[in-house]
Amino acid sequence: MEIPKEKLIWMYETMVKSRYFEEQMEQAYMEGKAPAFNIGAGPVPGEMHLSNGQEPAAVGICAHLTDDDTVTSPHRPHHHAIAKGVDLKKMTAEIFGKVTGLGKGKGGHMHLFDPSVKFSCGGIVGAGIPHAVGAVLTAKKRGTDDVAVAFIGEGAANSGAFHESLNLAALWNLPLIVVVEDNKYGISVTKESSTAVESNDLRAPAYGIAGEKVKDNDPMAMYEASKRAVERTRAGEGPAIIEIETYRYLGHFQGDPELYRPEGEADSLREKDPIIRLKNYMLEQNLYTEEELTEREETVKNEVDQAFEFARNSADPAPEDALQDVFAE
Amino acid sequence: METTKKERMLTGNKAMAEAIAQEMEKNPEVFVLGEDVGKYGGIFGSTEGLLGKFGPDRVMDTPISETAFIGAAIGAAAEGMRPIAELMFVDFHGVCMDQIYNHMAKIPYMSGGNVKLPMVLTTAVGGGYNDAAQHSQTLYSSFAHLPGMKVVAPTTPYDIKGMMTSAIRDDNPVVFMFHKSLQGLGWMDLIEASVGHVPEESYTVPLGKAKVMREGKDVTIVGIQMMTVYALEAANKLAKEGIDAEVIDLRSLVPLDRETIIHSVQKTHNLLVVDEDYRSYGMTAEVSAVVAEEALYDLEHPIKRLAIPDVPIPYSRPMENYVIPNADAIYKQVKAMISE
Ligand SMILES: Cc1ncc(C[n+]2csc(CCOP(=O)(O)OP(=O)(O)O)c2C)c(N)n1
Ligand SMILES: [Mg+2]
Repeated sequence: MEIPKEKLIWMYETMVKSRYFEEQMEQAYMEGKAPAFNIGAGPVPGEMHLSNGQEPAAVGICAHLTDDDTVTSPHRPHHHAIAKGVDLKKMTAEIFGKVTGLGKGKGGHMHLFDPSVKFSCGGIVGAGIPHAVGAVLTAKKRGTDDVAVAFIGEGAANSGAFHESLNLAALWNLPLIVVVEDNKYGISVTKESSTAVESNDLRAPAYGIAGEKVKDNDPMAMYEASKRAVERTRAGEGPAIIEIETYRYLGHFQGDPELYRPEGEADSLREKDPIIRLKNYMLEQNLYTEEELTEREETVKNEVDQAFEFARNSADPAPEDALQDVFAE
Repeated sequence: METTKKERMLTGNKAMAEAIAQEMEKNPEVFVLGEDVGKYGGIFGSTEGLLGKFGPDRVMDTPISETAFIGAAIGAAAEGMRPIAELMFVDFHGVCMDQIYNHMAKIPYMSGGNVKLPMVLTTAVGGGYNDAAQHSQTLYSSFAHLPGMKVVAPTTPYDIKGMMTSAIRDDNPVVFMFHKSLQGLGWMDLIEASVGHVPEESYTVPLGKAKVMREGKDVTIVGIQMMTVYALEAANKLAKEGIDAEVIDLRSLVPLDRETIIHSVQKTHNLLVVDEDYRSYGMTAEVSAVVAEEALYDLEHPIKRLAIPDVPIPYSRPMENYVIPNADAIYKQVKAMISE
């Protein structure tokens, strides 16, 4: 499959943006948490689940989506949000708990909602999948050709919500794609000690739907598998599961001592970094020069820097704002 | 010559794990299952060291399948085993509550007492570290409202160990709520109350008994877990101004120790109830109703309560601080009610 040049560069830029965003967030999160780590201290408190290394899943499929397609995401949402085109400034401000954030500081990093690009996420494992079903149930009732993608971790494929939602989507023939990001772990529990089958795409036949596996965190293979799945499902040919083998460079959350993880595992994963692989591919194919790519990297990094600046310069919510927004006015 | 033996101090999480370990040593039918209870030792340290001592057959990491593993604990308990199932955060009860309240809480009753469920459901509660609406609740009353399960929430490391031992030995299902801030974890705000004297030998603290943490004569403050801690802090400040507060740590929501509450109010003639849970239909209402029913004419001032003002827990710090009661709010509320 020939991947159009503009898609390749979009995937590259988006992965760079997402990675750089997470790196900046990693630093901001640690502010105020040294020398003694305290989860509730600093400008960005609470749990922080970063996606460094997992970018291919997000860009490979979002390259085929429009603003009218829905994405739901779990507790590790930044790469999905960025690939879906969520407003970066408002998203960053939300993570900093500012009044200018997507949820006026009420949601935080696990609870980002941007209805303008149909993006949402949440902190309960598996919970986003049925919401994606509802989005495409709406598409079907209204006669549009919009699709939905529910991103989950491999750990979430053992939740009741996963199985119930896939059966429902298959039964009602809804355009739903569940992307399973297999980063090997659900917190400390490895996939082999949580999952009875080797790969979650093998569960597709149980619902009579399509299943595909993407190996080795390959953004281009993810793009291709996603193209097939999105085209099929948009044409009314039913749901699909795509499982991508991906890499979690960091702890489950920041501050995770990772005692359960073999020494050096993350380092050896970084050696196969998908961003570098895609860059090398584009250079080898003479699609771009080193200078051109550097320039594009600078542009997206600058965008991230501006989002952080916006977040830091925004005001905190007033304490009493806590009482607003419980009910629609 | 008298020598004072140095008291052994433990954090809440170690006290909890020690109680479980001692019961596991005594009884081969006690076992633990839940997410990240093995190598990780429980996200909030509740099972620290257990995997190394007892191995993966008795300390079982589970998939993220709460309905299945909590339901399996019920099935094993019905067979006479004594499972300890951990629901990582109480907030996640939503995915598995059917097993908890329609089955765990009702099977003993519906069987006319012919089926016993000697199990413990442990779960982490509480906010105060900006983990937002789906990871910061206590939901004390959501569980306490439903008949058929004991619901306990100890504060001190001593009580955590003693009540955990009682919970494991109890022939009823016990929901054992441990407060994240009282576990004494190195990665959270370390508070003094999370460390305390815990004897090495096994002992029990009864379920269903409140504890008077501080005696006083002017006002009774009823709290549980972090609200007890804050009430004690407020009481110290009030004492400097000549107001002598009695602080009661409920420790157990079901059974509720009505007598200790009533007895205290009959002495102090004033009541403030503080809860880290939603205000409406909650613990503050229940305790107030008990006093209104049994000791209304002993009251000098109307009962006051402090609780989360019926909004989900917001993420941002200024808003979260505003909705969760703290020592300052307790202090101010007592001052206001006494001078009314
Ligand atoms: C219903 C529910 N159970 C447990 C949790 C706690 N929890 C949060 S993330 C997580 C692991 C998720 O693993 P996976 O789905 O593989 O996603 P990853 O973190 O690897 O991205 C767990 C157990 C939760 N948030 N919701
Ligand atoms: Mg995972």
